[in-house]
Amino acid sequence: MTHDVIIIGGGPAGLTAARTLLRGGVRDVVVIERNPECGGLPRFCQHPGWGMLDFHRVWRGPRYARALVHAARGATFLTDCAVTAIEPGGIVQVNTPHGAQTMRARAILLATGIRETPRAPRLIGGMRPFGVLNTGAFQELARFGRLPFRTPVVIGSELVAFSALATARHAGARPVALLEEHAHLSVPSVVGHAASWRYRVPVRTATRLVEILGRDRVEGVMVEHRGRQALLPCDSVVLTGCFRPEATLADGNAVRRDLDGTRGPIIDNFYRCDDPQVFAAGNVLRGVEHSGYVAREGRDAARAILRALSGDLPAPTPYVSVRTTGLGYVYPQRLTGVGQTARLFARDSSVARGDLVARDASRRVIARRSGHTLLWPRLDITLTVPDPLDASHVSLERETAEP
Amino acid sequence: MICYRDHTVTSTAENGQWYLVLGRNFDVAIVGAGVVGAAVFREAVLSGLSAVLIERGPDILEGASKANSAILHTGFDCKPATLEHTLVQQGHARYCSVHQRLGLPLLRVGATLVAWNNDDLASLDTIARTASRNGVPLTRLDRAALVAREPNLGPSALGALVVENESVIDPWSAPLAYVSQAVANGGVLLRSTAVTDARFADGSWTIGTNPSTIRARVVINCAGLQGDLVEAIARPSPFTIRPRKGQFIVYDKSAHGLVSSIILPVPTPVTKGVVITRTAFGNLLLGPTAEPQDDRDNATLTQGELQALIRAGEKILPDLAHHDITAAYAGLRPATEHADYQIEALAARHWITVGGIRSTGLTAALGISAHVMALYEDTFGPLRPLPDPLWPTVPNLTQALPRSASRPGRSPIVCHCEAVTQSDIAAALDDPLVPAGSIGGLRRRTRCMMGRCQGFYCTRRVVELACGRLPGLEAASHDA
Ligand SMILES: Cc1cc2nc3c(=O)[nH]c(=O)nc-3n(C[C@H](O)[C@H](O)[C@H](O)COP(=O)(O)OP(=O)(O)OC[C@H]3O[C@@H](n4cnc5c(N)ncnc54)[C@H](O)[C@@H]3O)c2cc1C
Ligand SMILES: Cc1cc2nc3c(=O)[nH]c(=O)nc-3n(C[C@H](O)[C@H](O)[C@H](O)COP(=O)(O)OP(=O)(O)OC[C@H]3O[C@@H](n4cnc5c(N)ncnc54)[C@H](O)[C@@H]3O)c2cc1C
Repeated sequence: MTHDVIIIGGGPAGLTAARTLLRGGVRDVVVIERNPECGGLPRFCQHPGWGMLDFHRVWRGPRYARALVHAARGATFLTDCAVTAIEPGGIVQVNTPHGAQTMRARAILLATGIRETPRAPRLIGGMRPFGVLNTGAFQELARFGRLPFRTPVVIGSELVAFSALATARHAGARPVALLEEHAHLSVPSVVGHAASWRYRVPVRTATRLVEILGRDRVEGVMVEHRGRQALLPCDSVVLTGCFRPEATLADGNAVRRDLDGTRGPIIDNFYRCDDPQVFAAGNVLRGVEHSGYVAREGRDAARAILRALSGDLPAPTPYVSVRTTGLGYVYPQRLTGVGQTARLFARDSSVARGDLVARDASRRVIARRSGHTLLWPRLDITLTVPDPLDASHVSLERETAEP
Repeated sequence: MICYRDHTVTSTAENGQWYLVLGRNFDVAIVGAGVVGAAVFREAVLSGLSAVLIERGPDILEGASKANSAILHTGFDCKPATLEHTLVQQGHARYCSVHQRLGLPLLRVGATLVAWNNDDLASLDTIARTASRNGVPLTRLDRAALVAREPNLGPSALGALVVENESVIDPWSAPLAYVSQAVANGGVLLRSTAVTDARFADGSWTIGTNPSTIRARVVINCAGLQGDLVEAIARPSPFTIRPRKGQFIVYDKSAHGLVSSIILPVPTPVTKGVVITRTAFGNLLLGPTAEPQDDRDNATLTQGELQALIRAGEKILPDLAHHDITAAYAGLRPATEHADYQIEALAARHWITVGGIRSTGLTAALGISAHVMALYEDTFGPLRPLPDPLWPTVPNLTQALPRSASRPGRSPIVCHCEAVTQSDIAAALDDPLVPAGSIGGLRRRTRCMMGRCQGFYCTRRVVELACGRLPGLEAASHDA
């Protein structure tokens, strides 16, 4: 039996897509979620700040998750089911409680979200005791009253780091410090100072974690500040942020990943992957954005799927490939549908100034906008899709003033 | 009296095992549950001896055997006519003959020993000659054939030798299977029990350990990195352990297909060099470094060496740059001032020394154990092998065979990256033979928290399931 659409991942992206598809008249939508409940990451975030864009409310995470599931009623939810592979022909392999199963659909949406960068890729030195963990694990332990730590040190200063501080204080732990390797926090410094005061936790910039001490359990960390090292006793290390797409399923033979850029699946301007039956949306595309942004992507991808099901999506080939010089990443990585309007999304490695320009293969500027980034180094630009016969690729760059 | 860093353990599965020990006089007491001690324990029990295995760590494999490259060597590059060479070859052969009965994996991927410059190329002949003296015929590949076999290698690869039988195994389930079979057939395992001293009188040793004393007629010293310290109980140690650290990087499963075989460099007299190998779990492993150090207990990761390792790896396999790193770890080789193994029976002291099993112990373990039992028989009297021993199996953790997570009626998956179910974890905690004794031991038995997210999703569930069973997981009490 072939379903209309299979959605892999029941977070904000997947659930919003399900809602859009059902409203668009698709009957047979299956959401496959590996956790015992749908809802995605918000299920574990007790703090308020959810639902503003899509439900016009300010909710805590679990409330938002429930609203998403409710809005997608009519879909079939398969929980405790993990997709292990996507194969050509609209096939997904699913590990269900009743054994391994093969499922098939006319279209598949990949919406598997993110995870934080664990210890190893950060190349942190020292011993490998229990108690070095990501915010995700830390918050879940705290939420279930299982936190076996009382004096964590928090590494990183993206928003999620402050979320970790909040969780720690809420659970009665006493974080020792929040350390940021760079000279500036990743959030506006007022946010940092406010959090430092509110949670009574010292926030230290230009301070690098050098070594973890302790054999079975964490006993402390060596930190380096302006060339000098100091020992900071603590019983755990919370490594926050540096999110990366949970895009393992894109490593098979149906979908490919943008290994040098987003690290998520390669998509075109219709959220369509290499295999034209597979679409992708949400944080799996490029790392963390807030849920409102992600929900919108889920909606837009679902709209593309609706068009695909009725056969009026532009052909996936030929396409114009999109690349960047100088920026961290850009997506979509391909453009199809000559003459249509498309939006490119990019991220800088740091806050910067200068115009953002898109050039075609002959270096002609085909779109331009101010590229100043103030708080978030996130960028987007709108352009008209050029003819692949004229332009083999489009390059997105930041124009620095000629000397 | 030797002093060790104490492992703070509050509860272990072994507390209930002491009744098996009190008032008994064992035929043999084996000190150290590394892979060597594990194999010797199994061999002793199957040979009909009453045996106790004494390990100071909260679980087996807390020493050198915790971290290695997991290669089942052929011994092609061993110094000919050494004990190491003989036992590596025997160990390899015996592993191949028992692995199926114990449920252990064997991935016969073969190795490609690559020449990266003209000096390397010139060494290939010498290596091939040594190998053929060791009874391991090698095939020579020119550049074109090498590129056909391993197309992702860096551009400076010039030629290679192929070692057909070099294989990959699971470094943790093998020793676990050896200990399990010994326990199933009557052996006694004591963990969280450090041997501190021993007295020899009336043909028996009274071994002092932190909790109590144990009596045995013969002591077999398999203490690995502490081998010389334990040896000092019987005599001035004829060898000194000089630990040599090896750091590793584990790449994501996405990198697994970059090579089809184990990529070896031309070895130097000191080290086999940096290797790239598939793991039995479907990752790609890069390492080890070779760094001499004094500390026998702590294998620390160091950023500088890891960075250098990554650079070295990307020279061998440029595509590694596009793949995520899943884990980094370090192990210590129990090297000594001698190149060869230090294995000896001391008839008068009722003691067998098994030391300096430097960098081939995983392979040689079953060869070493047979050799040790032969020494025992020659020195201390005849053996009466069990006529019909039990053969318990260990759960499969490799990607090559079906895992329990894909079985109908499975319990919920706890760790998604490595497909570990709740019942896999319960089985490791409740194992009637050798239950997990530490969170590290639980990881090694099930692979939970060992995947690409390193516990982002599963830590809470694992802590919940293991709390009260393994030390140190109770929720902290807070005064704030
Ligand atoms: C600590 C933290 C705090 C945050 N706070 C806020 C906030 O206050 N407000 C806000 O708007 N945003 C916040 N965000 C961002 C928000 O969480 C994300 O934008 C949103 O959850 C992304 O939705 P998603 O659907 O892309 O992915 P996710 O929510 O991650 O959902 C992906 C789902 O896919 C499932 N899945 C993955 N792989 C498979 C597979 N192989 N088979 C089956 N299922 C699979 C996962 O289990 C998961 O349920 C926060 C993020 C973090 C980490
Ligand atoms: C980096 C590296 C890579 C390697 N790669 C490979 C490979 O690919 N293939 C291969 O075949 N081999 C390999 N090896 C070698 C192999 O890992 C070792 O030879 C082997 O682990 C040695 O085991 P062991 O049992 O002698 O020592 P150990 O594992 O150190 O065991 C000794 C045990 O004794 C215990 N102990 C010590 N003192 C006491 C005491 N007083 N009382 C009670 N218990 C005590 C310790 O806690 C420990 O568990 C590698 C080694 C390293 C470090």
